[in-house]
Amino acid sequence: MMRGVWLPLLALAALAIAPLAGFSASYEMTLMARAMILAMAAVSLSFLVGGAGLVSLGHAASVGVGAYAVAILDANGFTDAAQVLPVAIGAAAIFALLTGAIAIRTSGVHFIMITLAFGQMAFFTASSLSAYGGDDGYTLYSRTEVAGARLLENRLAFHYICLGLLAASWAVASMLLASRFGRVLRAARENAQRAEAVGFTPYPYRLVGYGIAGAMAGVAGVLLVNATEFVSPAMLSWQRSGELLFMVILGGVGRLWGAILGALVFVGLETWLAELTPHWKMIFGPLLVVSVIALRGGLAGLVAPRHG
Amino acid sequence: MTTQLLLVQALNGLQLGILLFLVAAGLTLVFGVMDFINLAHGVQYMLGAYLGASLAAATGSFWWGLVLALPAALLAGLLLEVLVFRHLYARDHLAQVLATFGVILFLNEGVKLVWGAAPLQVPIPALLQGGVEIMPGLQYPIYRIAVLVAGVATACGLWWLVERTRAGMLVRAGASNAPMVSALGVDIGRLFTLVFAFGAMLAGFAGVLAGPIFSVEPGMGDNVLILAFVVIVIGGIGSIRGAFIAALLVGLIDTLGKSLMPDLMRLFLDASAARQTGAALASMLVYIAMAAILAFRPAGLFPVRA
Amino acid sequence: MVGIGRRGLLGGTTALLAAPAILHAQPAGGVKIGVVAVQTGPQAALGNQLKEGFALGLRHLDGKLGGLTAETVLIDDELKPDVAVTKVRAALERDKVDFVVGVVFSNILQAIIRPVTESGTILISTNAGPSTFAGRGCNPNFFTTSYNNDQVHSVMGQAAQDAGYKRVFVMVPNYQAGRDAVAGFKSKFQGEVVDEVFVPLTQLDFSAELAKIAAARPDAIFTFMPGGLGVNLVRQYRQAGLATIPFLSTFTVDEATLPAQGDAALGFYSAASWAPNMDNPQNVKFVNDYVAAHNAVPATYAAQAYDAAMLLDSAIRRVNGNLAGKDALRAAIQAADFRSVRGPFKFGVNHYPVQDFWLLKVGRRADGKLETQTERKIFADAVDPYAAECRMR
Repeated sequence: MMRGVWLPLLALAALAIAPLAGFSASYEMTLMARAMILAMAAVSLSFLVGGAGLVSLGHAASVGVGAYAVAILDANGFTDAAQVLPVAIGAAAIFALLTGAIAIRTSGVHFIMITLAFGQMAFFTASSLSAYGGDDGYTLYSRTEVAGARLLENRLAFHYICLGLLAASWAVASMLLASRFGRVLRAARENAQRAEAVGFTPYPYRLVGYGIAGAMAGVAGVLLVNATEFVSPAMLSWQRSGELLFMVILGGVGRLWGAILGALVFVGLETWLAELTPHWKMIFGPLLVVSVIALRGGLAGLVAPRHG
Repeated sequence: MTTQLLLVQALNGLQLGILLFLVAAGLTLVFGVMDFINLAHGVQYMLGAYLGASLAAATGSFWWGLVLALPAALLAGLLLEVLVFRHLYARDHLAQVLATFGVILFLNEGVKLVWGAAPLQVPIPALLQGGVEIMPGLQYPIYRIAVLVAGVATACGLWWLVERTRAGMLVRAGASNAPMVSALGVDIGRLFTLVFAFGAMLAGFAGVLAGPIFSVEPGMGDNVLILAFVVIVIGGIGSIRGAFIAALLVGLIDTLGKSLMPDLMRLFLDASAARQTGAALASMLVYIAMAAILAFRPAGLFPVRA
Repeated sequence: MVGIGRRGLLGGTTALLAAPAILHAQPAGGVKIGVVAVQTGPQAALGNQLKEGFALGLRHLDGKLGGLTAETVLIDDELKPDVAVTKVRAALERDKVDFVVGVVFSNILQAIIRPVTESGTILISTNAGPSTFAGRGCNPNFFTTSYNNDQVHSVMGQAAQDAGYKRVFVMVPNYQAGRDAVAGFKSKFQGEVVDEVFVPLTQLDFSAELAKIAAARPDAIFTFMPGGLGVNLVRQYRQAGLATIPFLSTFTVDEATLPAQGDAALGFYSAASWAPNMDNPQNVKFVNDYVAAHNAVPATYAAQAYDAAMLLDSAIRRVNGNLAGKDALRAAIQAADFRSVRGPFKFGVNHYPVQDFWLLKVGRRADGKLETQTERKIFADAVDPYAAECRMR
């Protein structure tokens, strides 16, 4: 489990040093923040996919619910983290629990499709919120404040908050998976019947796992809306859910830190290729194909191949 | 809402359903027989539309365009199968999703590079121009009737092929138990290639037919793909019959939902709120229906595998 | 694949994130323009018009703006607001662009306006003109060479009113711009709106709505269906035999969509402050050269971007190439001392144009191509409805 773990640790360390090592222009900070936030969302999805075997194609909706909670509170004058965070996390968790309660009854491709369906419902709901800009989206009046201080406006502070929360969500997800709760989840993924035979009903465990992942995605949503000071339904689109899934797969399913690598490489590649040519997708597409065919087990499998 | 308008809307719903079926049929075959999630099915539909449009423009005839586009779509499908998909059959669904998404990115951009980003024009063939008045002031285009007929004919042909021929028997057997078929000495690799190429041609056929009605533009396959997935999941993966019924169901739900929802909401809300909420609900209706059906029948309406 | 090895992969990860940091040298005595134009997805057709319009403007100015050698940096917003913010910040800080020009869609403008204007850079929108920044949200560093979106829809409302239509059927996509279109239309149209239909942005088939229209038998329909939506609607409307009902539209039949709509769009109405057939020397030169270069008629996206190039040229000339004095530069842009392809042009207090608006009708050019043609002037020297709320600071 721990083989190759030096790589994501190194990546986090690089992100920690980066602002001090000259990468402190705001676009670089924006880019890194975006990568870290998406990595956080990807970790929570990886917890679901790799841990519980629940492949969700509606994970961006949980991110979006968290983001929209911030926007709606902002419009009504609530900007303090003490109010914003619990509400956003709660909203994302409740959304996940409600939709999960139905979705987890299905499995495999049907689970993918039903989560897609809920994601689409959230997307259309966000598009019809005309008080919050509808399809055009909503620009925040101010970033979330921490105990009255406009801490998040400070780029450096925001950078380290993102980094800290990314590390924290990785740690929390790892601990959860290593716990008794996580063992049941993984056992149910490998063989649901056997888990039931030894006396566990997977359903409540999966549902709780789904809720936790939703809450973690909600935190990512709070950060994302603060990073861009803007939220729009595009954040909830199924393409976004797809991108998150690709980060997880690219990094390697079955290792949480694979998601971090996947997200960093995804954002990096996307940015770098887009600089080269407007037709960067002609390169990015085949690159995805080749990486899937050549890299079994994703990037994580490259540095720490699994043997039986 | 008069009965007449309701009937016209039902006809419109069937029309949309038939078009969806043409796309979904290939998808459900490939998915059912090979257990292969092909997100690139939507771009194959787009490719069909582009090939049809440019071949029609080059030959000056819609019919030549159609006739030439079908083998071209088939070839494109075979090429993709050999280059990419063949290497993915043994992999899990996630790997297939990621790789076929890569194909989507490539082809959407490629089409833009070759044909430009602006939508293409595909004229209706002279033979099928004009319309039939189905209610005062409303013509039902003959072309659409032709598409309906073509769709129903394709559905019947597919049913015959799958239920009554030896190849169909193998396909059905492959859908329910591929290792068994292979053990019985059937070249499963060739069967897969065949089914795949056929699925690609069906998608291309749907694309050519859609050309004169919808706008032919990059990314046109993406929305259709999602709806087609909804169709095959509701219908039960691998089932042609399920896909047909689910496609009509989705077409009807979507069309009738759009025309009835705003009026329905007016029972609860004032006019302007009813219109907007009704419209928002109508666009969700297909997904709500899918979630509801899956909640009660987790394997769809006509599950193939026991 | 193993050959890439651990070091290669690690180096790759950090290098990828650091790659955008390569510094671009700025030419001495030059001016750098960031052009925000969507290049991704079907909407790229509009982004291309914008990009090519601006490029043609530069070509007519021998590659110089107000005497300074101009260099453009193309920014593809991908129609994703957060991507747009990241890329625009990179253009501002790494490429050190002096101006940001372009933007097709309001949601992208909404996302980038703060990062651009707060950095002290002047942003010139060549298409998106949301009401948010026309009224109380007006911004000293923000100008637009297009219009306030609501104005265009209200032109159609006035035209319907002038034509004496009593019952009009309204159909728009179910998103903010669609709802704004309805509001704009209704601000001038006094008659009865028989029904308002909101369709999803991903709508493919309009037959359900067309049946509703036929059943309602209105005097005219008003619609706003940009891009591929409009292509589908126009063709299906014609195929359904509804073309006897006048088709009043905004952003639905224009030169970007006409090639795909073909003859189905002939005789349909649109509204704008510019049309390719306007007879003034600068417009004739612009349209002829654009057609010669691209074998396609330019749409408003190109025309307004072309105007932006001319506007920047005039402003930079007025300040003698001194881009540092922002107050003088703003005043020079506000003066709008250039010849617009639409004829008379000046800025209002909110930095939105004060201009004439026309009813347009789709017709055929001498070379057989389709274009929108001026039918009738609806408003002269129109000021947008939000300008009065603007207190420019």
